[in-house]
Amino acid sequence: MLKRITHTFIHVLDQDEALDFYVGKLGMVVNTDADLGFMRWLTVNMPDEPELQLGLMLPGPPAYDDATAEQIRELVAKGAAGGGLIFETDDCLGTYEELRAAGVEFTQEPVERFYGTDCALRDPFGNPIRITQPPDGPIVVPTAEELSAQM
Amino acid sequence: MIEDRNRRMLRARDTMDRAYAQPLDVPALARVAHVSPAHFSRQFRATFGETPHRYLQRRRVERAMELLRETDRPVTEICFDVGFASLGTFSRTFRAVVGESPSRYRTRFAGEGAALRIPACWAMAWMRPAG
Repeated sequence: MLKRITHTFIHVLDQDEALDFYVGKLGMVVNTDADLGFMRWLTVNMPDEPELQLGLMLPGPPAYDDATAEQIRELVAKGAAGGGLIFETDDCLGTYEELRAAGVEFTQEPVERFYGTDCALRDPFGNPIRITQPPDGPIVVPTAEELSAQM
Repeated sequence: MIEDRNRRMLRARDTMDRAYAQPLDVPALARVAHVSPAHFSRQFRATFGETPHRYLQRRRVERAMELLRETDRPVTEICFDVGFASLGTFSRTFRAVVGESPSRYRTRFAGEGAALRIPACWAMAWMRPAG
């Protein structure tokens, strides 16, 4: 029986720049940064969640031939690589303002939704990220009438 | 380099997703993408397979579809709120993309948006009418 997810991976186009962003701006911490010779194994995690590592993978040989790696890089750059992350926060608006001041590229300002308040951004390479502040109580799917009243 | 071009075109597309209600034109989007207006539409199409005009029209229609499903606001208000400058253009575009009038669409789908329990940008990406 499977127990939990321990690692998940996204493609990045520059691992040093990825560290600047995920650690320097988003506040994650380096879990493992190892030069294995054939690759740089680079994972980060949230400070309070070392059991879930995010691998920041650079597409390239020998895992991918040069042409395939170039295709992956092009897909990442147009937001079509398929990876993505959703972070949770206690303060969506405050986090948005803090990261925006730090030069992070937001694609959506904080918006109230029935599942909480969330905003959206991209990492420097094009991967999509959302930041969600859950509601105080349980998430309740509203009726059409209630949604109408909110808008 | 295609990778660099793609990233700049993505910024322009993100701008359309975020600011669809504003009167965006090619020169404004070209500035976001750091490319000349003459090259912008061609490069956008090479990147995403459709013209920026078509992308924006379908984004506006998608936003209108959500408002029609999830609110009871008048069609005219929704038309202007999603960035169309006239009700005639909105109705023609909506019918061409969706295959029926805004009012008929609303009648068929009223309330169904409330079942959409996914984050907003996934809904926007997957519910924008294709074609």
